[in-house]
Amino acid sequence: MIRNIPQTKTYSRGFRLYVILYFVFLFAPLVVTCILAFNDSMFPSLPWKGFTLEWFTGNTMEMTGIFNDQINLDSIWVSFKVAFFVSLLSTFVGTMGAFLFEQENFPFKQLLFFLMLAPLVIPGVILGISILLFSNTLGLFFETHFGLDVGLFRPGFWLVVLGQFSFITTIVTLIVSARLKKFDHTLEEAALSLGATRFETIVHITLKFLRPAILGAMAVAFLMSFENFNTTLFLVGSQATLPINLYLQVRDGSTPVINAISVLMIGGTSLLALVNLYFSKQER
Amino acid sequence: MESGIGHIISQRKGDPMKPGIRWGLVIFITPVLVWLTVLILLPQVDMFIMSIRAKNELGEMVFSIGNFKLFFLEPIYWRTFARTAIFSILVTFLTFLITMPIAFYITKVVSPKFQGFLSVLILMPFWVSELVRVYGWMILLRESGVINHFLIKFGLLNKPIEMLYNDATMIMGLVYTSMLFMLVPLLSALESLDNSLIEAAYDLGGSVWSIATRIVIPHCLPGIVSGSIVVFMLTLGNYLTPNLMGGKNGLWFTEQIYNQFIASFNWNQGSAFGFLLLILSSGIIWMGLKLTKQTLGKVVQ
Repeated sequence: MIRNIPQTKTYSRGFRLYVILYFVFLFAPLVVTCILAFNDSMFPSLPWKGFTLEWFTGNTMEMTGIFNDQINLDSIWVSFKVAFFVSLLSTFVGTMGAFLFEQENFPFKQLLFFLMLAPLVIPGVILGISILLFSNTLGLFFETHFGLDVGLFRPGFWLVVLGQFSFITTIVTLIVSARLKKFDHTLEEAALSLGATRFETIVHITLKFLRPAILGAMAVAFLMSFENFNTTLFLVGSQATLPINLYLQVRDGSTPVINAISVLMIGGTSLLALVNLYFSKQER
Repeated sequence: MESGIGHIISQRKGDPMKPGIRWGLVIFITPVLVWLTVLILLPQVDMFIMSIRAKNELGEMVFSIGNFKLFFLEPIYWRTFARTAIFSILVTFLTFLITMPIAFYITKVVSPKFQGFLSVLILMPFWVSELVRVYGWMILLRESGVINHFLIKFGLLNKPIEMLYNDATMIMGLVYTSMLFMLVPLLSALESLDNSLIEAAYDLGGSVWSIATRIVIPHCLPGIVSGSIVVFMLTLGNYLTPNLMGGKNGLWFTEQIYNQFIASFNWNQGSAFGFLLLILSSGIIWMGLKLTKQTLGKVVQ
């Protein structure tokens, strides 16, 4: 039972054992992946053949480390670019959405709110294929009616950005809304009555208050975009993002380069997670 | 001045009787409307339209319910569909069973000193890409994997066995992937449970089982429901884990959709499947909400 109730030894020991086993279960795949990135072997498996950094820095035919592996480096760069645009766009529109649903009243507000929540209920795969279909329909329409061949409507970089943006914006809206709910509106009213315009009030008062939530949401958006697979799978063109590229390699057998990439990803995401934690602490 | 504030407040509260354009509303609503119409609403409508069209004998696109008929006539399709639905429910239930004691331990049992540290630690792995996590399991479980290596080293096995590519492993992988989305709502639900209720039940002679089923679980029900909805939906729509860890003879429904789109290039059939998956996911979520008398808006908060 809970900590201030006496309990039998078997019970508390059993509980603790379960928790320990859970943590082993939780961390085993990550720890093993990281360790095997430094194994001097052609395959990501045991036995241990000694420590090496070749899978990071190597530049030979047999052992091409991640820093010299152009295909993987390219896909990391593509993922960075996608995540950059997605986090920027979704933070902008999501913040607008938070203001809209928290501060404005208009007909059919409830309906629009449910539409805004819809991406949480629609599986990512469905979002991907529906956007693929729709962009294809639009592309055909423009081609037959105006004779225009619009690159945006074909699978590729910008379609991936739009596909990820479509559901990440919902998450941003919810995060920023949660913070906006706690905002003391008398501050806005004070600014307005002291002669500030609505725009000035939002920039100097409301956005300042929202800053930790907006930055936190941006970090979450960046991470979600960087790691997205389901939606991206259908929209990706010739420029594969990192998860798509890794998936193809994992499916067709792998080398420890993937472990090295995983180490970098685990390190990077942990760092971003800590940044996010810091901002949410600041928010109190 | 007085009237000035009144005017401003009425503008903020959005007085519908007031004529004229409210620029704040226009600025906020335009990007949101564009986003939701162009990227959510219209694509779903388009997918539905695609799903009810098929080629006739002359090769022209006409209205047809043939795509849906094929789904019910071909056992492989509806069986995969049913299998995906049943396994998703099973995964949701298992995820709850596994994470509930952990959430309870962190919020109620462990000394407050470690509480913050443990709750950060427990959420950390889920920030890492799903692909990396699945890859980790593949390294552990496959024939040349780490677990087999140790089992042979300690003489527990003579030759390595393939532990990947079966339903049990796939279910474990799906549970592992979705635990976070159960843990977060459970942790916040348990945090709001007053310890004195448990103490009172204990003093009155309640057993562990009756305290769990009559006090803890009823209190956490809203959290359990919201966690279950998210886990169910993500499991149903998962592609990566079933594809990399599941058996070759047991497909997941998202793989059927992928095959129709990418391999067979039959977009109309794929749309019909996509639409069916959408109906299944929103249908079961709607039922879950109705049964527990909750609303989506509330669950999301």
